[in-house]
Amino acid sequence: MNYNWNWAVLFQDPYLGWLISGLGWTVSVSLCAWVVAFVIGALIGVGRTVNNRLISGLCTAYVELFRNVPLLVQLFVWYFAIPEMVPDGVGHWMKREMPMPEFTTTVIALGLYTASRVAEQVRAGIDSIPKGLKAAAKANGLSGTQVYRYILLPISFRIIVPPLTSEFLTVFKNSSLALTIGLLELTAQSQQIADYTYNSFEAFTAATVIYIFIALVVTGLMQIVETRTAIPGQSGKGA
Amino acid sequence: MSGFDFSVIVSALPFLWEGLQLSFLLTILAIIGGLGFGVLLALARMSGFRLLSLVAATYVNLIRSVPLILVIFWFYFLVPLVLGRPVGGFYSALIAFVMFEAAYYSEIMRAGIKSVAKGQVQAGKSTGLGYWRIQRHIVLPQAFRNMIPVLVTQAIILFQDTSLVFVVSLRDFMTASSIVARTEGRLVEMYLFAAVVYFVICFAGSLTVRRLQSKVAT
Repeated sequence: MNYNWNWAVLFQDPYLGWLISGLGWTVSVSLCAWVVAFVIGALIGVGRTVNNRLISGLCTAYVELFRNVPLLVQLFVWYFAIPEMVPDGVGHWMKREMPMPEFTTTVIALGLYTASRVAEQVRAGIDSIPKGLKAAAKANGLSGTQVYRYILLPISFRIIVPPLTSEFLTVFKNSSLALTIGLLELTAQSQQIADYTYNSFEAFTAATVIYIFIALVVTGLMQIVETRTAIPGQSGKGA
Repeated sequence: MSGFDFSVIVSALPFLWEGLQLSFLLTILAIIGGLGFGVLLALARMSGFRLLSLVAATYVNLIRSVPLILVIFWFYFLVPLVLGRPVGGFYSALIAFVMFEAAYYSEIMRAGIKSVAKGQVQAGKSTGLGYWRIQRHIVLPQAFRNMIPVLVTQAIILFQDTSLVFVVSLRDFMTASSIVARTEGRLVEMYLFAAVVYFVICFAGSLTVRRLQSKVAT
């Protein structure tokens, strides 16, 4: 095994800067995509549980569509195909004037993809609430919206914190796919350092360590959320 | 836009079919390898040897916190270096998928093995069976039965994930579609077609999972 070790390369100019900038893109893309995923996922998830056939059917179709096509294909469809399929004016804007096209496209693609997974968790959370609770709320004269607003949503969102944590972690990992459309996030930067210096081992180790660090920080933060939001009387794990 | 051109897809079908075969081959081999290595990881993690279970746990947690693309890059670099000779993109990718999937499979199996009641292991011990025979004849058959729907779901995810060999230009279905899209200048048709093909295969898989789930439940 012939290999020239040089760990110092990671702290040299410009490579250290590349890693930091890569980390910046990975974190910003992931956080923005998570906001999209959380908002849309919550809406779709709730939509699947309502009594309206049309709405729940559309929401189910959304989940099946986005879950059964690889994220990479979705990213390419958003980046290469959609601008050609929309009316000319919009397509022109998407190709020429949309700010940070790689970033924006990744946020949309990753956000909508993750939304389908969040939606499944939200639906599972709502379904796990005993039916009697909903009936009791209705018997007290709460309207359909109020039942969701005051009873179902507050409980289900607190139940699904652990599975949402794992989806949140997955977003950071999936953000690496952005490199296929030219966004220089963490994985892309480590690959670029490997190409420039031939110190692949050091470069990939740096990226790996940073990803582990991200995972630890996210897990730590979510654990705080989990303890803060735990439903009294129910151990977080049993629910 | 200049209208859909389906003839592009038709004339590219043989090329795309070769890509799809590679996707399937990679998926099947990675499932077999991942299951094999995954069983060992799960057993190591649940064994009484502290060191062994610590090593297995570290490996699983390490792999699960990094992106698959980075794992693919790692093995593209490591496999030829360790073996001392180039082995070709396919084997590097295959090893990367086996090592990556094994971490996920081992977690599924751990959950499955835990789902088998403890009393059964004790009953096995009291009838004089050794560790391996208990695993082989009592625990694993039942655990596998409980795991089947989750394992199939993971297989669908794996099939979708094989599209990531695009990053190292291995000619799977995704890369083949992308090559046609670029050389023919037909990005819309090719990427939509790729999406439809993946959807049909994965949706059929999801329906199978649902049927299996209702079977296991009864």
